[in-house]
Amino acid sequence: MLLVLPIALPLAAAVVCFLLRERPRARSGVAVGAASALVVAAAALLAHVAAHGPAAAQMGGWPAPFGITLVADLLSACMVLVAAVSTLGVVVYALGEVPEIEQRRGWAGLAFAMVAGVCGAFLTGDLFNLYVWFEVQLIAAFGLLSLRRTRAAAAGAVRYVTLNLLATVAMLAGVALLYGATGHLNMAMLRGAVAGSHEFWALAPAALLLFAFGAKAALFPAFLWLPASYHTPAVATSALFSALLTKAAVYVLFRLFTLIWPLDLYPGAQGLLLAVSGVTMVVGVLGAAAQMEVRRILSFHIVSQIGYMTLGLALYSPLAIAGGLFYMVHNIAAKTNLFLMGGVAKAMTGSEHLSRMGGVWRARPFAATLFLISALAMAGAPPLTGFWAKLALVVAAYDAGDFVAAGAVLGVGLLTLYSMTKIWNEGFWKPHPDPDWTPAPAPATMAGVGAAVAGLLIVMGLAAGPLLEVADAAARQLLDPDPYVAAVLGEDGAAAVRAAMAEAAGHAAGGGAEAPVEADPQGAPGAAPDTEDAP
Amino acid sequence: MESMLAILAGVLTASAIWLFLTADLVRYLLGLGLLSNAVNLALFAVGGLSYAAPPLIEAGAAAPPPGSANALPQALILTAIVISFGLLAYALALVARAYRVLGTVDADAFDADGNPVEKTD
Repeated sequence: MLLVLPIALPLAAAVVCFLLRERPRARSGVAVGAASALVVAAAALLAHVAAHGPAAAQMGGWPAPFGITLVADLLSACMVLVAAVSTLGVVVYALGEVPEIEQRRGWAGLAFAMVAGVCGAFLTGDLFNLYVWFEVQLIAAFGLLSLRRTRAAAAGAVRYVTLNLLATVAMLAGVALLYGATGHLNMAMLRGAVAGSHEFWALAPAALLLFAFGAKAALFPAFLWLPASYHTPAVATSALFSALLTKAAVYVLFRLFTLIWPLDLYPGAQGLLLAVSGVTMVVGVLGAAAQMEVRRILSFHIVSQIGYMTLGLALYSPLAIAGGLFYMVHNIAAKTNLFLMGGVAKAMTGSEHLSRMGGVWRARPFAATLFLISALAMAGAPPLTGFWAKLALVVAAYDAGDFVAAGAVLGVGLLTLYSMTKIWNEGFWKPHPDPDWTPAPAPATMAGVGAAVAGLLIVMGLAAGPLLEVADAAARQLLDPDPYVAAVLGEDGAAAVRAAMAEAAGHAAGGGAEAPVEADPQGAPGAAPDTEDAP
Repeated sequence: MESMLAILAGVLTASAIWLFLTADLVRYLLGLGLLSNAVNLALFAVGGLSYAAPPLIEAGAAAPPPGSANALPQALILTAIVISFGLLAYALALVARAYRVLGTVDADAFDADGNPVEKTD
């Protein structure tokens, strides 16, 4: 029941919000109520998983591996909670920011449908079901991007749609090939079926899925869709996208490359992911340095921060993965707040372009401080969350002997600081270019949410120790997924998977596959070249 | 038979990628349709092509008798077809909107803010 609530609740809320589209007060009440209920349900799920270990449930009563499994380990439960809290914040913010015409077109319903897709992706244990939830997210995101009728919105939507549909089809192709080769869709069963094999039938789906989820997460080289589209819809929509969509794809990368294709058994894939993460970090922040609009700068930063998270995965030690997971949570909070407070500044100054903004610090120092807290958290100033997350990654990189990665973390952090101070100086600190300017009033809900999230950032920064312990526990559950597999398949199934993995670890390279090799080399020319950085 | 389907899926995918790489949004839609069909064909092929009995369970049994056809790939293909159909319908509406608002279906002719871009070949 607890596993189904985070999916059923947003879906029901989406339907009700669509039905109540034309009635603002009822719609707002349902939206805020549903988001609050989602937070409570997510917290209950996390408490259960923290106390009892990974929890699994079979949908429709069909036993695993035939039926669809919903499974929550510590990482899934934490991600669902973070998604729920972000949704609550954005929904309250949207009450004041999203124009009424867009709300009437169905903003709240689409947002909740997207959240349902995201929670479904976090909680599913079946690969094809994962594809379905990603499609739910995608079509809802498409809808949210299309609520405006401006030129920029049309251009942004085209850029977003074209790449994401390609990534979607690549995902389906990878799932199809893996199913054909192993006969399984259940992720726990796939662990035993793939079992470290290096044959083509095991590597081709990995490449396709890495491309698909890498593109959805905005990894180099398939990242340009993000800065081309995230700045076009309402600010609340940008904030919701930045909090949920790319992080869902990063979550799937963490899940696939620790459960089905553990990176310690695939050094080639590990090296590739390390290189891609490093380049993503650098290219994202350099792109941000060239922008002059607040949301475009922040969008390029999303790309750079994604590189940090996948760097944590690629280094593949408990500290690195814990650092990557903590980075994900820190980033969701800080980045969302940057978007939200940027929206407040836009409402006050009437523009998003840095040359036409200014004077916010003098006029509204409290609001400016909220932005400053998030900016410093993003840049990595102690004692805020970004510092601890980056520290974990640097120490993990040193432990692994990868000094290039450590240097990249620090160097990109410096450039992030440059971008944040640029926004601060140009958008908040300097006087407004129009000497007669007075700040337009921003609705209290907008600044209120910003204050709440900034407060959350401060608390998280001061409580970084316990939070890193939770991240460490989640990382260890990822690196040793035996409790996860046991929850899904029962003890016998888990024993079979353990035996297959032990056999694989015993072999020098590959072997241990129990399924017949039915490699249908589907000619997907987009797959192999893209994962090897060839432009 | 599998090799024929595999080659067909490959040809469809190659055509689709070529259509994607032209900067014309209408060609992109055609490519999307081709690519979805290619992946559905691949799903069909990897599900196992054989002459087998229909997967009907006898009364009182827990599973179909051995030697029955595998019904799961067909369920997967159906789901994929429906999802692709929805996405294609949306993409079509989006291209129509883009044409109305931007005045062109040439994806290289506008920048990220929808402003016209001079094409320099």
